[in-house]
Amino acid sequence: MNKEKQLMKGNYAIAQAAVEAGCQSYFGYPITPQSEIGEYLSTKMPELGRAFVAAESEVAAINMLLGAGSTGVKAMTSSSSCAVALMQEGLSFIAGDEIPCVLVSVMRAGPGLGYIYSSQGDYNQATKGGGNGDYKLVTYAPASVQECIDLTYKCFYVSQKYRTPCCLLADGMLGQMMEPAVIGHYPYEEIDQSSWALDGAKNRPPRAIASIERDQETLRKRVEKIFEKYNKILENENIFEKYETEGAKLVITAFGSIARIAKAAVKLARKNGLKVGLFRPILLNPFPEKIVSEIAQKVDGFLDIELNCGQMLQDIKASIAEAATIPVKFYGRPAGVMMTVEEIYKQIENVYKEIVEKKYGTACI
Amino acid sequence: MGRIVLNRDRCKACYLCMDACPKKVLEEDSTVNALGYYPVKVNEEKECIGCAMCARVCPDIAIEKVYK
Amino acid sequence: MEQLVYKKPDAIKDDFKITFCPGCDHGSAVKLVAEVIDELGVREKTIGIASVGCSVFSYDFFNMDIVEAAHGRSLAVATGVKRSKPDKVVFTYQGDGDLASIGLAETIHAMTRGEKVTAICINNTTYGMTGGQAGPTTLIGQVTTTTTKGRNPDISGYPLKICEILKEVDGTAYVARVTLDSPAAIMNAKKCIKKAFEAQLKGLGTGFIEILATCPTNWKMTPQESHARVRGEMSEVFKPGVYKDKVSEAI
Repeated sequence: MNKEKQLMKGNYAIAQAAVEAGCQSYFGYPITPQSEIGEYLSTKMPELGRAFVAAESEVAAINMLLGAGSTGVKAMTSSSSCAVALMQEGLSFIAGDEIPCVLVSVMRAGPGLGYIYSSQGDYNQATKGGGNGDYKLVTYAPASVQECIDLTYKCFYVSQKYRTPCCLLADGMLGQMMEPAVIGHYPYEEIDQSSWALDGAKNRPPRAIASIERDQETLRKRVEKIFEKYNKILENENIFEKYETEGAKLVITAFGSIARIAKAAVKLARKNGLKVGLFRPILLNPFPEKIVSEIAQKVDGFLDIELNCGQMLQDIKASIAEAATIPVKFYGRPAGVMMTVEEIYKQIENVYKEIVEKKYGTACI
Repeated sequence: MGRIVLNRDRCKACYLCMDACPKKVLEEDSTVNALGYYPVKVNEEKECIGCAMCARVCPDIAIEKVYK
Repeated sequence: MEQLVYKKPDAIKDDFKITFCPGCDHGSAVKLVAEVIDELGVREKTIGIASVGCSVFSYDFFNMDIVEAAHGRSLAVATGVKRSKPDKVVFTYQGDGDLASIGLAETIHAMTRGEKVTAICINNTTYGMTGGQAGPTTLIGQVTTTTTKGRNPDISGYPLKICEILKEVDGTAYVARVTLDSPAAIMNAKKCIKKAFEAQLKGLGTGFIEILATCPTNWKMTPQESHARVRGEMSEVFKPGVYKDKVSEAI
C-alpha cells in the first residue's frame, strides 16, 4: 500500500479504502456521481479473489449485501440518492437483522431524478431511517478525500463492532473531486463475527437471522437493543470538528463538503474580528445532541449552512431546545451553483449583525 | 410385518396417509389430539407391510419412523 | 430383526414445528428438501434463504443456518451468501408470488448469472399467507379473493409459466416442474430436487424446481380434492416434466 500522498478522486479513494479495509464482497449498480467506485472494484475485487457482482438493480444490490453480511464478511455497496431510495426496504431488514455492512451514499440533487449536482438533500434519508420501523442508519459524513478514506475504514469497523449497517454520506463534489490523500493501513482491530455469522451448522445448533418476530415482547426488546447500540456508538465512536468555538458568539453548523467552505468563511470572519466558530458533526447519526447543547449554552446564536432546505437544521434545533433559547438561523439551497467563501461570509456578517451586535452593540466586534 | 411410529399430536388430520396406505392400516381416531384434530391411528398394525407410503405423503412428519 | 425404512430427516429439527395448514403440500416439499440435503451429506454446510409468505418460518423446521429475505429478494440474498462463501450450499425456498411476481427480476438475473444455488418454488396459484389473492400463476377462471368472478385475462392477464421462462435462461443448469399428489409423484419430485442440488454442487449453474402444490385452505377444498386439481387443471396449464437437464448431460 502506498503511504505517500497521491492525487486521487474521492470515489477511487473510497473504493481503494474498502479494499484496504478487507471488504470481501461488493455489490452495486451504476449511478452518477459514484460509478467509479463500482468500476474500480469490478477489476480489483476479482484480482484479489473477492466478490464483485454488478447487480441488476439497487434492490438486488442491497439484498445481496444482506446475504453477504449475514455470513460475517465485510461487505459494501455504493449508490446515490434516488437509487439509495430503492434500497430502503433492504436497509430496514439489515437493521432489524443486525447485519454489519457498509453503504456508501454519494448524494446528488433531488427530489426524483434531480441531477448530479452537489447536494445534501439526503441527510434525512441517511440519518432518519428511510425504511419502515424503528431504526436509523449510523452515518458518517466526510468533508475531504482523506476523510473519505478514513471514514470508510471507520464505517467498516463500527458496522462490524456493533453489528449495524453504516453509511458513508458523501456528495457529488467529494466523489468527483481530486486532492492529495494517503491510503494508510486499516487502523482498526478485526472483530470476530464467528459467534453469530452463518457458516453452516457444524458442531453447533443452527442459527437463524430474521427480522420477523412473533412474540411482541421479544420484538420490543430487540428494537430497544438496537437503540441501546446507537447510544453506545455515540458514546464511543463520535467524531466531530470544533473550530474556534471557544469564546465564539456565533457558531456555524455545517457537515460534509459545505463545511469546508464554511470553515474558510469562519477564518475570514475571525480575521475581520467577528467572534465566530464552526461545529461540524462528522458522525451525523446518532446525532451529537449533547455537544450541540453545550455549545448552545455559551453562544448567542447558530447559523446552520446546508446544501438543502434545512435538514440537519431540525436536529440542531432539537438539540438546543431545552438548553437555550437562542436563535438558529439557516442559510442553504438544495442545488445550484456551489456556495463561495464570500457568499457564506456575507451571511455570517449579516447574522452576526442581527444577533450579536444587536445584543452587545458594535463594541463586541 | 411393518411398524410405524406415529406422533398423534403432530397430525393435522389431512388423512393423505390413509389414502396412500395400500393395506388400509390407518383410520381416523375418535379422540382429539393436542392440536384439536382427530388424528389418524393405527388400526390393523399386523397388516402393515412397512412400505412407508404413509410417511412419505405425511406433510406434517407426524409419522416419524417406519420399520419393516 | 426390524429394519428402519423411513425416519424424519436430520435436516429437520428434532423439535420442529410444521407451520402449514392441514394437508398443505408445503410440508411434503420441505421434507423432500431436507431428505435430499441429508442424502447429499451437506447439512452442516448449507445456508437456506427463507422468503416471505407461508415459508417465512423455515427456521421452525429446517435444521440448518437460515437467513430471511425480504419479499421476492431471496435469490439476491442467496447471491450475496454464495459469492461470499462459495464453499457453502445455498438454497432458496419461495412461493410463486415471491419468486415470479415481486421477485421476478432477482430470479431471472440470479439465474442469468448462473449463480451456483438451488431455488425451490412452490406454485399454488395463489397468495396463501395473505388469504388467497390472485397471484402470477392464478389460472384463467380461478376464483380468488381478488378475482371474485374468476381470473379474467382482460382484467388480470394470464398465468406466468415459470419453468418455460427459466429454461431459456442460459445460467440455469436444471429446470423441472414436479407435483406431490401421490407417493410416486413425491418420489419423482425428490429425484428432481436432488438433481437441482447437484447442479449447484457440480458448479454447473442454478438448479430450479417448480412444485405444483396445493393450498387446501384458500382453494376451499379437501387435501384430496386439492391433489385432484393439481393432477387436472393445474397440470394441463403447467405441464410437469424436466425442462432442462445439464446435470445428466454432464455425467
